[in-house]
Amino acid sequence: MPSGPSGEPLLAVHDLCLERGGRELFRDLSFDVLPGHLLQVDGPNGAGKTSLLRILAGLSRYGFSGHLERRCPLLYLGHHSAVKALLTPRENLAWHVSGESSYSDQQIEEALARVGLYGYEDVPSHALSAGQHRRVNLARLYLSHRALWLLDEPFTAIDKGGVAELEKLLVEHVQRGGAVVMTSHQPLRVAYEVKMLSLSAGLPA
Amino acid sequence: MESPATAAFCLALLRRQLTLAARRPIEIGNPLLFFAMVVALFPLGLGPAPDKLASFAPGILWIIALLSNLLTSETVFRSDFEDGSLEQLLLAPQPLFMSVLAYIGAQWLTTGLLLALVSPIFALMINLPGPAIGALVASLLLGTAVLSLVGGIGAALTVGLKRGGMLISLLILPFYMPVLIFGSAAVQNAVLGMPALPYLAILGSMLCLAIALAPLAIAAGLRISIDA
Repeated sequence: MPSGPSGEPLLAVHDLCLERGGRELFRDLSFDVLPGHLLQVDGPNGAGKTSLLRILAGLSRYGFSGHLERRCPLLYLGHHSAVKALLTPRENLAWHVSGESSYSDQQIEEALARVGLYGYEDVPSHALSAGQHRRVNLARLYLSHRALWLLDEPFTAIDKGGVAELEKLLVEHVQRGGAVVMTSHQPLRVAYEVKMLSLSAGLPA
Repeated sequence: MESPATAAFCLALLRRQLTLAARRPIEIGNPLLFFAMVVALFPLGLGPAPDKLASFAPGILWIIALLSNLLTSETVFRSDFEDGSLEQLLLAPQPLFMSVLAYIGAQWLTTGLLLALVSPIFALMINLPGPAIGALVASLLLGTAVLSLVGGIGAALTVGLKRGGMLISLLILPFYMPVLIFGSAAVQNAVLGMPALPYLAILGSMLCLAIALAPLAIAAGLRISIDA
């Protein structure tokens, strides 16, 4: 079980440049994401954090220059929770459109219990709060077997206890040999080396 | 753990879409109500003479079916776009070609299929001759499936726009025309006592073509809409 960053990069980025609305958001961005990396993308609003993550995920395919290589399946959580209000949390996870794998009822119940939604499995999602919607989405992290996680503002609308749980999960994931690239404005409080990528400064620190 | 096979994934998607549709029965009922309302307008506009109505019936029924399909085709991907599900679908390891077929299939089952099945009632309302009703149902079954697939292309291209309703009509109505021509011709032929089968065969071949090509265009349209 690798404890620190090592091995082949899961994601390699070379000379990435992005221009939006006549403004250069970043240029010559190069970095590798290795198994065991916990990378936090930092920068003021409008610095291009979400754009960068969408490029890394492969959702944005035009409008940038540079080269990137994805070597493993990835899990992307964006601003929208992808939770259907008309489906229950259980159905949302069982029929999830990301097509990762088919989960048993027990796995789904465990994941929902881990995010604090025990007892809400079969409640229609429109009866849940915004934070609980986010939590249904975060339950995917407990079910996922994909190595690379791209998380866009995962702490939005999550309470303090939830943030601590999530930080613990991220560390567990990178210690298992996964990697995390995330954007957040809050500093992570984890006993693990967090690599920072500051978009305002332009270069990985 | 392995990703589920494409077939299993598509079945899950189909089940998801049908469950979503079943929980909003009003959206299933709307096109049917629209059909009923517009059919009721024709005797008022054209006059209630039964033989006059009968001669227009094949065209009338087909045009209304086409319009009520147009009403629903815009919404196929809309809610998934708004809540972020579409992004996740594009990142799924399974081919997008098959997943969009599942979406369109679910849409057809809840609109075109139902429309074709209840169309005999509307046909009686405007005095379509009895022997033509079989041809009407068959032509609607084949034709609405083509309409759903073609409408899906328009929906995929306009899903990112706030008000895509008008644009989608302009985009896809020209592609609806061949379906209308052959669909109403099949019913017309049956009314005149001639075989409808040649026209149904042409609709069938259109459906084969649409199944093979439309998902490619829908997938590309979705990728463009998500990228923008």
